Amino acid sequence: MAALRLDRITCRFTGRDGDGHVAVRDATVVVEEGEFVSLVGPTGCGKSTLLNVAAGLRAPTEGGVSVFGEPLRGRNAAAGYLFQGEALLPWRSAFDNVRFGLQLRGDPPEEAAAAARDWLRRVGLEGQGSKYPHELSGGMRKRVALAQTLAVGPRILLMDEPFSALDVQTRTLMENELLSLWQRDRKSVLFVTHDLEEAIALSDRVVVLGAGPGSRPVGEFRIDLPRPRDVAEIRLEPRFVELHRDIWATLKAEVMRAHAVDTVAP
Amino acid sequence: MSRPVLAVAQAGLLGGLFLLWHVLVRTEVLPAFFFGEPLVVLERVRDWFVSGSIWPHLGVTLLETVLAFVIGTVAGLIFGLWLGLSDGAARLLDPYIKGLNAMPRVILAPIFAVWFGLGVLSKVLLGVTLVFFIVFFSVFHGVREVSPAVLDNARMLGASRRQLLRHVYLPSATAWVFASLHSAVGMAFVGAVVGEYLGSARGVGYLILQAEGVFDINTVFAGVLVLTAFALLLDRLVTLAERRLLRWRPGGPGGRTG
Repeated sequence: MAALRLDRITCRFTGRDGDGHVAVRDATVVVEEGEFVSLVGPTGCGKSTLLNVAAGLRAPTEGGVSVFGEPLRGRNAAAGYLFQGEALLPWRSAFDNVRFGLQLRGDPPEEAAAAARDWLRRVGLEGQGSKYPHELSGGMRKRVALAQTLAVGPRILLMDEPFSALDVQTRTLMENELLSLWQRDRKSVLFVTHDLEEAIALSDRVVVLGAGPGSRPVGEFRIDLPRPRDVAEIRLEPRFVELHRDIWATLKAEVMRAHAVDTVAP
Repeated sequence: MSRPVLAVAQAGLLGGLFLLWHVLVRTEVLPAFFFGEPLVVLERVRDWFVSGSIWPHLGVTLLETVLAFVIGTVAGLIFGLWLGLSDGAARLLDPYIKGLNAMPRVILAPIFAVWFGLGVLSKVLLGVTLVFFIVFFSVFHGVREVSPAVLDNARMLGASRRQLLRHVYLPSATAWVFASLHSAVGMAFVGAVVGEYLGSARGVGYLILQAEGVFDINTVFAGVLVLTAFALLLDRLVTLAERRLLRWRPGGPGGRTG
């Protein structure tokens, strides 16, 4: 049984002038239990739209979502969502942010506090709990966000270019940490990125989304690289280079198409 | 400028203005009858505080101000959140709110005096009508600017509508409320003093009115001076509360003045 199944999803946005804009058309994406799947594609191809549909934050115009076999209605309670932008509550300290989800669902305060401390330690922020988000670096804020998302114990993890705002070194570090956290309990992951190298280094499977409007998956590639992986070193493996060449051949065509649409469109 | 230097410079500026005033009046460039004499003004202030005769009046004015400030702020916060989150109500009430805000509310003072008597209540209500709209508009517009990512994040972590209000909208609202509180303090004073001025038996506004009746310009200035000093004091209290409550804000809330 698939952890997450996006079944023939179509998303139509209504513009201000009443025009419909179809972001995604007839897209099917499946994440098996314990599988790490990345969605890559050119900018504006509706990757984030699909992720929001999977999260239950946006209802698809057509098509359906099922989570562990059950049709999804409203918010996807089995999923944690790591956002691209700054999504921490700025008026809460790191510690209070991490225990936020636990508070919301009414965990006993001592248990929530203990779990939050534990998660802060696991993301390497022991002793930084009293700091407010603006007092932390971008990488540290991402760690807090990761701990906040994982603390509530989601079975599915949705990530929308979570590391795109970080510098290259911090990014590699965070990718490795994500993998080692993931390695322990193998959650089902749907990871959106525009960075093909990141997608290959992290995933079991890479799904290439075509250029918008009305984009849909145009290719799927199984990443048969051994685990555990080190994202910095794995990029030098011959198999990695080979996979990169194969996927890029598909992705490149879509990027060119997206670019053409971009420059022709008024 | 460092803090102590700045304080000395600010005090020096005040002293300089008083000195200028003093010299202009003494050299009879300005007639003392219309412009008063700073030394007499300061003496009047000192007498008020030494004899304690100012306190009943000042107490009433401060009570009216603080009540107007607190009630207006809380009401503005509640209505701002309500209308900010409820599109239907906002559209229904839009012309009324704009109309009430555009109305010169000072003309309400005599009406309030008729309705609620010459006591504290009519002044408080006048102050509330002034404070309310300042806080209301800043919360109302602020609600629409809550980061969508923060909202989505809270939703994904399982926040119900009620929890969103309590954990996301309300904390964001405190920031917008504080942005407006500095002007609200001044407005609360305006409400109290104008209300007293137009009809009362007590308060600093009443003192000023009495003094004007006998062309005692020095007492008028003394009253204005006392009011200004206490307005600054209240503003200072707002700043202190702001520093405590908005510690989470980048750059620190102390840096901005409203």
